Amino acid sequence: MTNDVTLQIATANGSGSQSSNTVLLRSLFQMGIPVSGKNLFPSNIAGLPTWYTIRASKDGYVARKKEVDLLVAMNPETAREDVAGLPAGAAVIYDAPLALEGSRADLVFYPVAFDRVVEPITGDAKLRKLLKNMAYVGVVARLLGIEIAEVDAAIGRVFGSKAKARDLNVTAARAGFDHAAALEKRDAHRVERMDANQGKIVVDGNSACALGAMFAGVTVVPWYPITPSSSLVETLSTYLKKYRHDADGKATYAVIQAEDELAAMGMVMGAGWAGARSMTATSGPGVSLMSELAGLGYYAEIPGVIFNVQRVGPSTGLPTRTAQGDVLSTAFLSHGDTQQILLLPGSVEECFSLAVEAFDLAERLQTPVFVLTDLDLGMNNWMAQPFQHPDRPLDRGKVLGKEDLDRLGGFARYADVDGDGIGWRTLPGTDHPRAGYFTRGTGHDENAAYSEKADVFSRNMGRLSRKFDQAREILPPPVPCGTGKEKVGIIAYGSSDPAIRESQDQLREERGLETDYLRVRAWPFARAVREFVAAHDRVYVVEQNRDGQLCALLKLDLPPEQVTRLRPVAHITGLPLDARSVTDEILEKEKV
Amino acid sequence: MAAPGTTAVAAAPRKNRIGLTVLDYRGGKTTLCAGCGHNAISERIVEACFDLGIAQERIAKFSGIGCSSKSPAYFLGRSHAFNSVHGRMPSVATGAILANRTLLGLGVSGDGDSASIGIGQFVHLMRRNLPMVYVIENNGVYGLTKGQFSATADSGSTLKTGAVNDLPAIDTCALAIQLGATFVGRSFSGDKKQLSAMLKAALAHRGMAFLDVISPCVTFNDHEGSTKSYSWLKEHQEPLQELSFIPAFDEISVDYDPGTTVEVRLHDGSRLQLRKLETDYDPSSRSRAVARLMESGSQEAVLTGVLFVDEKAPDFLTRLGMVDAPLATLPADAVRPSRAVLDEVNESLR
Repeated sequence: MTNDVTLQIATANGSGSQSSNTVLLRSLFQMGIPVSGKNLFPSNIAGLPTWYTIRASKDGYVARKKEVDLLVAMNPETAREDVAGLPAGAAVIYDAPLALEGSRADLVFYPVAFDRVVEPITGDAKLRKLLKNMAYVGVVARLLGIEIAEVDAAIGRVFGSKAKARDLNVTAARAGFDHAAALEKRDAHRVERMDANQGKIVVDGNSACALGAMFAGVTVVPWYPITPSSSLVETLSTYLKKYRHDADGKATYAVIQAEDELAAMGMVMGAGWAGARSMTATSGPGVSLMSELAGLGYYAEIPGVIFNVQRVGPSTGLPTRTAQGDVLSTAFLSHGDTQQILLLPGSVEECFSLAVEAFDLAERLQTPVFVLTDLDLGMNNWMAQPFQHPDRPLDRGKVLGKEDLDRLGGFARYADVDGDGIGWRTLPGTDHPRAGYFTRGTGHDENAAYSEKADVFSRNMGRLSRKFDQAREILPPPVPCGTGKEKVGIIAYGSSDPAIRESQDQLREERGLETDYLRVRAWPFARAVREFVAAHDRVYVVEQNRDGQLCALLKLDLPPEQVTRLRPVAHITGLPLDARSVTDEILEKEKV
Repeated sequence: MAAPGTTAVAAAPRKNRIGLTVLDYRGGKTTLCAGCGHNAISERIVEACFDLGIAQERIAKFSGIGCSSKSPAYFLGRSHAFNSVHGRMPSVATGAILANRTLLGLGVSGDGDSASIGIGQFVHLMRRNLPMVYVIENNGVYGLTKGQFSATADSGSTLKTGAVNDLPAIDTCALAIQLGATFVGRSFSGDKKQLSAMLKAALAHRGMAFLDVISPCVTFNDHEGSTKSYSWLKEHQEPLQELSFIPAFDEISVDYDPGTTVEVRLHDGSRLQLRKLETDYDPSSRSRAVARLMESGSQEAVLTGVLFVDEKAPDFLTRLGMVDAPLATLPADAVRPSRAVLDEVNESLR
């Protein structure tokens, strides 16, 4: 099979295999073959087993594929188990001392004495251990038909200006490549150059969110490190240092490592209140801690952007595994009748574009906006179209300046003068005696004055509800896929997208089942979501959690007669969603 | 400092150097108990800002939750204010001041708000030396929830019910000094002169100016057995210095004896003179200040005055290397990099 192969590389965490795997991924990408990589790693610095899967697909499928075609077994801890899990016909490249040959008769084994391959390269034993990883790159390249020149080029990119490291790694890759010339090719998997990646970039979702934030003009970035979101702010810091200073070299931003997520969220709220574009990035446990301040943001109407790179909960859960498990709790984050805006990017392109949009929306709607990605989208590398420079000017929302106040004579912070539920605000520091107002999380009237009056309270809550409801149509609309005329619909979001698209093809090709697919990109839902459900007999809501969280939100939002059409397809394994699981479950449910 | 032409009219209210009367600095009517120390502190804040001729529009008031945290509604009515959530005022203030470095931040918190639920944020705020004034109105007790001990209640002090506090008090001044605040003082809401001078100096200081002001709770903690009562403070207050504040715009020269008085020149050119009542106290030494506070605790004395001051340490904003203009209102072309930058980034990802 040409250009349709899934590799799994099994190593120990901290052994330096990440660079090797990136080189493999990039080499395939450079050959114009659609490719995706998934790092399945433990919550550990060094020693525990880790797997990296690379899928090359001429059809452009980038979801995780469960069936592995070629295993690179480097980890003695897991090698036997890894081999046992392979489908018949798969090939295994393995470190010769593991002696895996003969463990199964239906596999093709390629033993490689990696120690001997790298021995001539350096006398440094520690370095040799690392170079073994680059040697397997060369072996894989030879067996699959990856061009060695592309491997060299990919190593050049990964090691950048570190010439010595680059040269050593090139030598190691070539040693593996040369060594493998002696192996007799006995499996059917191979790759060859094609031309599917013209103009594309390779990037992870955290970097894409970071870039989106920078191009949105973010200025205040408090954060607290947490997997899998840390790289978002670290990448952002690197880009800000490079691109965001004035002529004197002074920073047009502040990145603050806060003492915890409560403080990070407090700083976001303080900065948003004072008129800055402010954000933080976190994951589930951090969002839980931010809950009280998020409620303050909702009620006192303060903009801010919170990136939640979701991982597996409850509690500390599986910190390095992926999930869509915070949708429901974030939608109502905090006590009382709090509602929060959610944006749900489904690709790295959207990590960028929805990040830009999130800042506009937060200031337009004067409320926190949560951008929910996940570990799969955030930390894995994805092919993408180049990012587009935002074509709309910054929307800073309704802010009154000194001149406005001179003209108006004053203002009422929470008065709905425009009928959209959104009041006008002033920023602290505005040089006008009527600019000041008293922001509070306690009950307040239109003038922001303390009030416990029943009618004042319910009027204010009614306005907030109206504001939230009207947000539906200004949030990123859902993306339809399909003829729109089928009986069966699928609703999904976020990183599930590639698996759903592949599953649609499987359903059609294997069973003749045509489906329409609507990818939701925001909560509260646009009217189009309701129309989609109304137009289909059965709607499968696919998501990566146990309880069908988006499905639950849909049930709250849809008219009662539509609710019975919904069928949750909820998967939570900690691994990125694969198409086969979706297809199988939909087919199972369609039989009934 | 009356404006020209008004000096002869006896009935006209006095105006400050920016043409405002003290009434212009007031806030809403207090809803705290009559006699609450917090009200006196509000009065001192009003006077200090009036006397210094501070434009209230420059000030952003911050607070958390509790009786003390309500009080920003009762002073400086023209200022922006943010009454946040319990114990989280430090982070909210930090965000706001990062967003607009030209703001003069004035935080008011309580002992519950800062020393219990908010201690984590409090210590990190002190450590950052964020330029702002942070006042704890310290009464040793939770008022709004009706009289539970706070973490600043002294060991051995009692509640009205007779319950005895057997835990040691957290000394927020000692913490602030140890952690990096650059102006730290303790005062008493009933000591008008000292508190007034200290507030003015705090407002003129560039860096974290932290004041712990003992402020008796007349309802829940003003009884015999309390060490935060008016009578206890009257008997046990031990001022380290007599303070005089000379604003920058006041060009008068005040002679002082360097043997008995320390003069601190503050960031904006104003001067704080500390006439030593305790001759060997040195407010420039963190370790000595902390040691002295520890001693006073065991002597049942409430040491007040300027405990520590360092006018030279860089504040948080300086260390961040930010632009001079407020980040909040930078124009789009300063914060959104060009198309060429994005092209370069895209190219690097190919």
